[in-house]
Amino acid sequence: MSDMICVATRKGLFLIERGAGGAEGRWRIVRTAFLGDNVVLAMHDPRDGALYAALSLGHFGGKMHRSMDRGATWEEIGVPEYPEPPGGQSPDLCPMRGTAIPWQLELIWALSPGGRDQPGLLWCGTIPGGLFRSDDRGATWSINEPLWNEPARKQWFGGGYDHPGIHSIIVDPRNPRRIIAGVSCGGVWETLNGGGSWACRADGMSAAYMPPEQANNPAIQDPHIVVASKNHPDSLWAQHHNGIFRSTDGCKSWYEIKEPAVSGFGFACAVHPDNGDTAWFVPAIKDEKRIPVDGKLVVTRTRDGGRSFDVLGEGLPQEHAYDIAYRHALDIDRAGQRLSFGTTTGSLFVSENQGDAWRCVSQHLPPVHCVRFI
Amino acid sequence: MARVSFTQNIQRHIECPPCAVGGDTVRAVLDAVFARNPKARPYILDERGEVRKHMVIFVDGRPIRDRAGMSDAVTESSEVCVMQALSGG
Repeated sequence: MSDMICVATRKGLFLIERGAGGAEGRWRIVRTAFLGDNVVLAMHDPRDGALYAALSLGHFGGKMHRSMDRGATWEEIGVPEYPEPPGGQSPDLCPMRGTAIPWQLELIWALSPGGRDQPGLLWCGTIPGGLFRSDDRGATWSINEPLWNEPARKQWFGGGYDHPGIHSIIVDPRNPRRIIAGVSCGGVWETLNGGGSWACRADGMSAAYMPPEQANNPAIQDPHIVVASKNHPDSLWAQHHNGIFRSTDGCKSWYEIKEPAVSGFGFACAVHPDNGDTAWFVPAIKDEKRIPVDGKLVVTRTRDGGRSFDVLGEGLPQEHAYDIAYRHALDIDRAGQRLSFGTTTGSLFVSENQGDAWRCVSQHLPPVHCVRFI
Repeated sequence: MARVSFTQNIQRHIECPPCAVGGDTVRAVLDAVFARNPKARPYILDERGEVRKHMVIFVDGRPIRDRAGMSDAVTESSEVCVMQALSGG
């Protein structure tokens, strides 16, 4: 089981350790980094133990740092840079607003290690929609041109942010040339040849924010996050803008979970590494409000593929709670036993029993963007 | 040579001491700065080589007009200030 959590927040990065100070079952902040800066994402690479932090500095742009000593020291590395647009090419326009999509890094929004046998290979998803690859542990990056040049990309548009972005990257542990990318708003994309070509895999998703003729168009879907069971990667879940969707065939098709407990709206999702039927969500009132239902912060859990849900609130605030868990702010450890999530109000919770009970680690962090077990 | 100074806030991220460099445009001056201090470049310019959206450069107290090409003139006695725009905070 994992004894350390990395928490990326609007105002810094926090390393949380179990048992720090000698108290079993207690989690404490043991290190900080980048205090005052907007840390949008963290990633742990199990292949070499590296920890990566992505920053979005309001004036100075996107930055990336790597630590080889669990966050004690950091080294700045490269960031994805968009190529020069081809001369004479008219800009891509947002299909909704008619404004130009820039060929410039706006936000680092997804990070994933490559396969076990691909040392040094990293993938990075960004706003405004570019997928990047590094073969040197983040020192240099290059855009994946097949996806960037994919004609259907012109249908993508921003959801929440002004421009579309890739927030989910899943590398198939059985075959690292198979990669799945989740896009808001642009559906789910799959490559079987390491990024050489891509196909949209969002059949079955539907979007109530579009007119009926467009509602089932795979390339305009808004999965807020797409996750796969680590050891059963054909079992996927998507917390979508309009509900919870599931795939049991490696994203060839998706079906909607009917009437999930509490609400079908939310951002975050976690799946058990050994059991694709077991998944967790942090629901909220749908998009007009984006606050917990009835002011009660709960986690919902299904153990039967979405046929039924447990509503888990023990240890979580049950009145006047206005916490939202962002899409990267819920994680499950590699043993499938411990979960942690952080919220917009700066609260961080840990469960050591698959969500049955939660312990509050802090109520006073900056707004939490990303939670990752190390 | 023109004297170039940098916003204090950038020093939290990278060392950017004031310096004196040659060049008759802002582009030439900054190229000379980046030749000495390559890490400063991505903090001030974006990947298109243009001034970052929330950065602003002054020459002798006036914001430059050509944020893409940085062709604004610089003299031997100019003071060039690389500042943050308040908008990006």
